[in-house]
Amino acid sequence: MSVAPKREDYDVVVIGAGPAGLAAAATSAEAGLSTLLLDENAGPGGQVFRAISSTPVTDRSQLGADYWVGAELVQSLRASTAEVIHRATVWSLDRNLDIAVSIGGASAFVKAKRVILATGALERPFAIPGWTLPGVMTAGAAQTMLKSSGLVPDGRTAIAGQGPLLWLLAAQILRLGGRIDRILDTTERGNYLAALPHAFAFLTSPYFTKGLSMMREVKAKVEVVSGVTELAAAGEGQLAGVSYVAGGKRETIAVDLLLLHQGVVPNVNLAMSAGIEHRWDDLQLCWSPVLDANGSSSVAGIAIAGDGAGIGGANAAVVRGRIAARAAVEALAPAAAAKLPALATLRRDLAKAERGRVFLDTLFRPAPQFRIPSGDTIVCRCEEVTANDVLESVAIGATGPNQLKAYRRTGMGPCQGRLCGLTVTELMAQARGKTPQEIGYYRLRAPVKPITLAELAAVPKTEEDVKAVVRG
Amino acid sequence: MFRRSEQDKRPPVQIFVDGVVVAAREGDTVSAALLASGQDARRSTAVSGAPRLPYCMMGVCFDCLVTIDGVGNRQGCLVPVAEGMQIEIQKGKREIGR
Amino acid sequence: MTTNVDAIVIGGGIHGCSTTLHLCLAGLKPVLIEKDYAGRHASGVNAGGVRQLARHIPEIPLSIRSMGIWEKINDLLDDDCSFESHGQVLVAENEEELAVCRARVAELNALGFTHEELIDASELRRLVPAVAETCPGGVVSRRDGAANPAQTTTAFRRKAEQLGATVREGVAAGNIRYSDGLWHVDVGSDSYAAPVLVNAAGAWAGKIAAALGEPVPVETVAPMLMITSRVPHFIDPVVILRGRKLSFKQFKNGTVLIGGGHLATSYQDRNETVLDWKSLAISARTVFELFPVMRGATIVRAWAGIEAKMKDDIPVFGPSSRHKGLYHQFGFSLHGFQLGPGAGAVMAELIVNGGTQTRISDLGIERFHRSAAR
Repeated sequence: MSVAPKREDYDVVVIGAGPAGLAAAATSAEAGLSTLLLDENAGPGGQVFRAISSTPVTDRSQLGADYWVGAELVQSLRASTAEVIHRATVWSLDRNLDIAVSIGGASAFVKAKRVILATGALERPFAIPGWTLPGVMTAGAAQTMLKSSGLVPDGRTAIAGQGPLLWLLAAQILRLGGRIDRILDTTERGNYLAALPHAFAFLTSPYFTKGLSMMREVKAKVEVVSGVTELAAAGEGQLAGVSYVAGGKRETIAVDLLLLHQGVVPNVNLAMSAGIEHRWDDLQLCWSPVLDANGSSSVAGIAIAGDGAGIGGANAAVVRGRIAARAAVEALAPAAAAKLPALATLRRDLAKAERGRVFLDTLFRPAPQFRIPSGDTIVCRCEEVTANDVLESVAIGATGPNQLKAYRRTGMGPCQGRLCGLTVTELMAQARGKTPQEIGYYRLRAPVKPITLAELAAVPKTEEDVKAVVRG
Repeated sequence: MFRRSEQDKRPPVQIFVDGVVVAAREGDTVSAALLASGQDARRSTAVSGAPRLPYCMMGVCFDCLVTIDGVGNRQGCLVPVAEGMQIEIQKGKREIGR
Repeated sequence: MTTNVDAIVIGGGIHGCSTTLHLCLAGLKPVLIEKDYAGRHASGVNAGGVRQLARHIPEIPLSIRSMGIWEKINDLLDDDCSFESHGQVLVAENEEELAVCRARVAELNALGFTHEELIDASELRRLVPAVAETCPGGVVSRRDGAANPAQTTTAFRRKAEQLGATVREGVAAGNIRYSDGLWHVDVGSDSYAAPVLVNAAGAWAGKIAAALGEPVPVETVAPMLMITSRVPHFIDPVVILRGRKLSFKQFKNGTVLIGGGHLATSYQDRNETVLDWKSLAISARTVFELFPVMRGATIVRAWAGIEAKMKDDIPVFGPSSRHKGLYHQFGFSLHGFQLGPGAGAVMAELIVNGGTQTRISDLGIERFHRSAAR
């Protein structure tokens, strides 16, 4: 049964119950602030701790110790006074800190003194030929099903791409007895050299040993093809095979399932729609919000924590959540802040958690051909717009993503650019000889998730409704 | 494409997909239940009619859009199954006013 | 460096772009200056209604002139602008509203205008089968329709550039001054000089007029719109209401646009608007009542474009009452899109020929300065 928020006003509203949001809400509530945590999923955990309270995968070694850390975060949250609502989709946030949220098919409005956005990350678009075919999914999608429903691939399966999540997923699938026929590693050879100067920090980070042993575990059981420079999925209405080029040699294998992954990027939709300034991050190749050391954004009262603040991983997300919540407490109840961990301690924790990140970002920087598609490859999945369509529009005068909407409707479908925005920016930047920062991004507007007309119509009336309205 | 782990001891939930009974488990999302069912759950897009299955399973791609208990265009990957739930696979533009 | 041109047009909305294009067609070399990009504000994000229906009488001649251009828009621009002509229907929700409609049509007929036609319940149902059965009739303007506003504005801009106009986007016009018989305008480090200056700066035009000694009662507004996901085709004409704020139409791609003039809060200096969902909910309720089939449709996006609204809801159009070579073209008050093509043509006639056959005499800026004039 869905429950509406108990109040209309809160000191702090946290959006997203992943590592950052769980930590932020617990910290804020522990300090005595009225705190509301809104989360879109059925239970806490976000993506990394997905289904932490409900997973059918009970053998702890299979999902790994890093996963079960999430249970402690959930415990602290539940021990706090924070009000938590799941299956609550925030569809509007503006610079007045007015929040619209859909819960069980009904919308409510709440106002906050402080908002902490912990909306996390999503997987970088991986626009290869055939990526819209049924049977092509993201690696994260497979991991979601594995964690929340104990589902594993059992047909002919290939995983393609690069990055830590890819290896973690492969290890988890194998541990649960699932099938992987081949891993197609797209890491660029040159990246190893580029990452070398950052190797020391990585070698002394917690990622190193874990990552290495996981890769060994997977490579012992699955054929891994490295140096993949081209990828294409093919099939008639359903995935039938994947072809790739490695070491100059093309090969095609028959598969039923292709899982794609080339890292994650901040989920910017809610933050951008609230008017928060973002800038292009040339290392992580994505839009990241402009934030101060406390995570405060360009819109007064809104902070961003977790991967939505720039990709930093789960450990960093937890600390960022605590830092942002601490700043809210400092502002709203300074006396209570003294009881929280000192800022210096939190900053040290953050530095430790972020150690090795530059190495990973450099090593797993996706190759241009997997970020910037060409020809008939679909860029915008919703409106079914190809790379060529975009280039033709550029040729007749479309200068940026917002102008492109008028020509091709890119980004105007239900996903609101989540799966095409980065591709469009980089594609147009390349075509026009500009930087992604100069090209810019879609102007995003609420509702950031669609709502039905009936739901909007049922929003409680205000005094103004009663007043006669002048015809415009 | 997918199968269930043996250690999954969650209680069964019965849903209907275009009128046909599908066995799901408590805690499955609609999309996970569809993918686990082995049935053809491909929707067709409103733009060209191209077939699609869920892509991201985390609420961002909207390729899992499905009609649930008469309400269209819902993100199946975000909605948990419930006993007796009626699922319709969407073909093309969803009819309105039904 | 100063570049001499024949005319300087400030503002890359549909009006500035249309005037620039028509000046080119008349053989002039204009420069168009737009601080953002063409169609960035109201001209690119309005409802796209191409409507003669329910207009203020003083602007009807300009609207009719414009309609003729819309019907051949592809010949002018090499772009169809997604213009479709399925008529616009004004719905009366009760007998009282229908009586107002009847009087309005009679008034127009007496003035010689025949584009608005009174319709009864059965004709209304034929044109708009999905409308609630309680509506007794309304008014139709059969040649009206709708177009894609961003596509249209961009097409005007593109054609103007092809015909020799200079288009400067991304830098605001500054330091507007008149000396030695020429208007001078700075664009970054460049300057342009011309005997003619057209103020078509939309929400920013009032400030320009005031700085040149012609203040007018204008405010900045941002009417909100929202759009649904694609649904099967169920309605052809654009629908507006007599009594309540609503405009409603379905595009060829299936999406349904819902507007009507509820306002967002605009932060003009930041190019930003903050939507008012409680007001959008009123529009949603109106649609809910009037078009029951729409109840389950999903709203995917809402937005608002910044524009100028005059106190009397009628545009400022024509020569300055104070300065030689200065022309105003702004303040279209939420209904300027359809007027764009015709207004550009008429403005070019005013500039090039010193007059026009289209009646615009009630639209001049002098209407606000009568007591001061002479």
